[in-house]
Amino acid sequence: MAEGERSALFVIKNRRKLGYSAYECRGAVIAAPVLQGSFTVFDPVMAETRFGYGLSPRIAAPESIGVMLAGLKGRDAMADRFPIETFESFGPREAERIRLRRITRGRAEGDVEAADAALRDLKEQTRRDALKWLRQDMLRRVRTQTGFRERLVAFWADHFTAMGKGAVINMATGPYVEEAIRPHVGGRFEDMLIAASVHPLMLHYLDQNASIGPNSRRAQKKGGARGLNENLAREILELHTLGVDGPYTQTDVRQLAELLTGLKWAPLKGAVFLEGVVEPGAEEVLGKTYGPDGGVEAIHAALRDLARHPATARHIAWKLAVHFVSDTPDPDMVTLMTRAYLDTGGDLTAVYKVLLSHPSAWAADAGNFKRPITFVSSTLRALDLPVRWAEAWKPARVGRHFFRPLLRMGQRWQRPAGPDGWAEEDAAWITPQGMAARMQWALGLPEMMGDRMPDPREFVAAALGPTPPQRVVFAAEAAENRREGVALVLMSPAFQKV
Amino acid sequence: MTHELTRRGFLMRGAAIGCSAAASPLITPMSFAATPWDNRLVVIILRGGLDGLDAVRPWGDAAFASARPNLAGQKASALDLDGYFGLHPAMKPLMGLWNKGELAFVHAVSQPYRDKRSHFDGQDLLEAGAVSLASGTQRDGWLNRMLQGIPGVEAQTTFTIGQENMLLTSGDAPVSNWSPDVDVTLSEQGLRLLELTMQDDPAMAAVMREAVMLAGQDGDAVVAESEAQMMEAMGNDMAASRKGKGHHRIADFAAEQLRSDARIATFSLGGWDTHARQEITLKRPLEQLSEVLLHLRKGVGASVWGKTTVVAMTEFGRTVRENGTKGTDHGTGGLMVLSGGAIRGGKVYGQWPGLEEAALYDRRDLMPTGDVRAWAAWAMRGSFGISRARLEEVIFPGLDMGNNPHMML
Repeated sequence: MAEGERSALFVIKNRRKLGYSAYECRGAVIAAPVLQGSFTVFDPVMAETRFGYGLSPRIAAPESIGVMLAGLKGRDAMADRFPIETFESFGPREAERIRLRRITRGRAEGDVEAADAALRDLKEQTRRDALKWLRQDMLRRVRTQTGFRERLVAFWADHFTAMGKGAVINMATGPYVEEAIRPHVGGRFEDMLIAASVHPLMLHYLDQNASIGPNSRRAQKKGGARGLNENLAREILELHTLGVDGPYTQTDVRQLAELLTGLKWAPLKGAVFLEGVVEPGAEEVLGKTYGPDGGVEAIHAALRDLARHPATARHIAWKLAVHFVSDTPDPDMVTLMTRAYLDTGGDLTAVYKVLLSHPSAWAADAGNFKRPITFVSSTLRALDLPVRWAEAWKPARVGRHFFRPLLRMGQRWQRPAGPDGWAEEDAAWITPQGMAARMQWALGLPEMMGDRMPDPREFVAAALGPTPPQRVVFAAEAAENRREGVALVLMSPAFQKV
Repeated sequence: MTHELTRRGFLMRGAAIGCSAAASPLITPMSFAATPWDNRLVVIILRGGLDGLDAVRPWGDAAFASARPNLAGQKASALDLDGYFGLHPAMKPLMGLWNKGELAFVHAVSQPYRDKRSHFDGQDLLEAGAVSLASGTQRDGWLNRMLQGIPGVEAQTTFTIGQENMLLTSGDAPVSNWSPDVDVTLSEQGLRLLELTMQDDPAMAAVMREAVMLAGQDGDAVVAESEAQMMEAMGNDMAASRKGKGHHRIADFAAEQLRSDARIATFSLGGWDTHARQEITLKRPLEQLSEVLLHLRKGVGASVWGKTTVVAMTEFGRTVRENGTKGTDHGTGGLMVLSGGAIRGGKVYGQWPGLEEAALYDRRDLMPTGDVRAWAAWAMRGSFGISRARLEEVIFPGLDMGNNPHMML
């Protein structure tokens, strides 16, 4: 069927019986929740709303936990269909920027005015490309069969927050995520930890580039004007692995920082390890000795040990449970997830399986308030934003529909305030500014959707599933026009808290 | 179905509580507790690195004109401040404030940040109020730390205005965020239905109520009579920010809040990173800063303005010499702007280090002779009576405030 003929028409069957038994929309049939005694142990609607980017009128919800997990292992269809540049091809942009700036600052030979113009073009082109990647990310969420995979990419990109400081490189987060995070979300934690920690963008973001072993060859030669920078070492321990309450001391931070010396991204050389700044000697982190002269291998070994630490297992289990289920997750679920992590050496899919198999994951009274990006993404999915339209948008339009609204809602695309990423607590997002900005965007949707703006009465089921709250059903029916009706559905607690 | 709602029943209920929008619980103003202070403080972060040497030009320094062949401009008596310094022409509208003693500058100041000259690190440090980011521990802002533990401080005491959350006010103390270009405009029926659906979550309902109230305070009414009017109102907000008048709305909204329960307002102004064609590119941000100060003054009214201190600061200054593209690059020592009826204005504060090459920092930047944090600390001490110990130990850990510069009345 051509895209233009589609509409978000839902047929709801037997919904008064058991909640519902089958729910269909143009070929996408949604199965009934699975019960075990009085517990729900799987619900296809919640599989999409709580663990994915919401319901789609086009794509059927997963039928089981097994399907959700299998979706993490298969071919990455969304990355294929909506490509985003990897950092490997992004890196040379930064090298080009450095070359041009040397000319404009008189530190290298060349035509200053031409270089200045080229520099402006480079920045503008990169900015436009980054808006395209934002659109690609949104389209992946609209069209994915495995919303859980896309949510995990966002979760881990946030866990390993990295962003550029400076023109051009500040657009590198998408390429970094594509390369360091996305391939690893269904794999082992330690592989992702290593990919992220030694990634050029992380070395840049957490000042590892500036870190020089106090007794390194470089420091000896230059008199040691700049010394050790602990930033990356501290964040690895505090944010990425053990957690802020973890069993490490300032000495461990310092020792890890010394071990990390040598990791340095030099864009013009493409290198990420420089022997000259390595602090000589062995380092002891959490009681274990690494080196001397271990180079990158010793760093990897230390990161693997940190990844397998019980404090890391608990930290990761807790953070996943908070992110997907509730600000105050069931301690039993966290304990079981921690055990699965330790039993499997940090196999993330095994941890997700325990999370999804626990009854509290499906509790109706659990759930989190959607972050702005989830709110926007799940709206686009419920509206079934036509791909061909979005692909034809100029960058300015991506800015108008996505980037600026997200900014007003409190989530600047890929730029949280610090390395600890976006706040997990609902309270951080239920703010007057944030709510008003959501409302404003929701009321402006006709500009984006044109004649594809749905009938609010049908949209209630498209967005909320077969058992929408009665007040929302009423509001959608009583609204004066489509604009307000659709906005009321999107602003409803049932849509925003999942 | 426990809630038997019908359109008719709903509308009758609406009629019973009166059909005027003011009767809707979603737009009933809330009452706030007494605020802890009477004075007002406005902190403006100038993002990008303001060129203090261009904004307040050291005409009395013999090395100035030669360092800036294209940028120094002509010395003009109409812009003369004190015989030594002169104002940038784009700030001419502020001469009135200067003459009234409601405008002052602190020259050759900076935060402790040195050498790397990165906007991102510089702004983070400026807002964190920390000496260094190397340890990566300071995750709240100094303005938030000032508020922590003060009895009577509520979210409405402090407004962070604009699209972005600011590290400056992030932290455990409650703070309100609002961006005047966010607006909710819908029909009266829509507002009532919103109120209805929000009943499913009281926490969300309370916040939505506040959102609707704030949206009603920043220019346009929340309830539109027709869809056309609604689109127009929403279009106005977007158009205002697109046409570069967003700073007027920010200043007007800040003034409105400061006139009632707010005591602190903070926001950012951008556009200061003038690497090229600075004669053109710096004009607009300076005009915007000037307009913001004038809007604030007008907006709060004479009585509140008399209790107000405005502090504008930037992450770093810029190079003393202009570069090859008629702009300036990231530097060190810079300029702080003070305004308000509560300050002792008409004066350029600070110690002038001179512009001869030997006096420069790194032989390229204006040498910082003062710490912006000390000036901010004195502003908080003067406005709110915060103890010196708290300022030097908690709000700006490790800061030495030095002698009282007596810049407050």
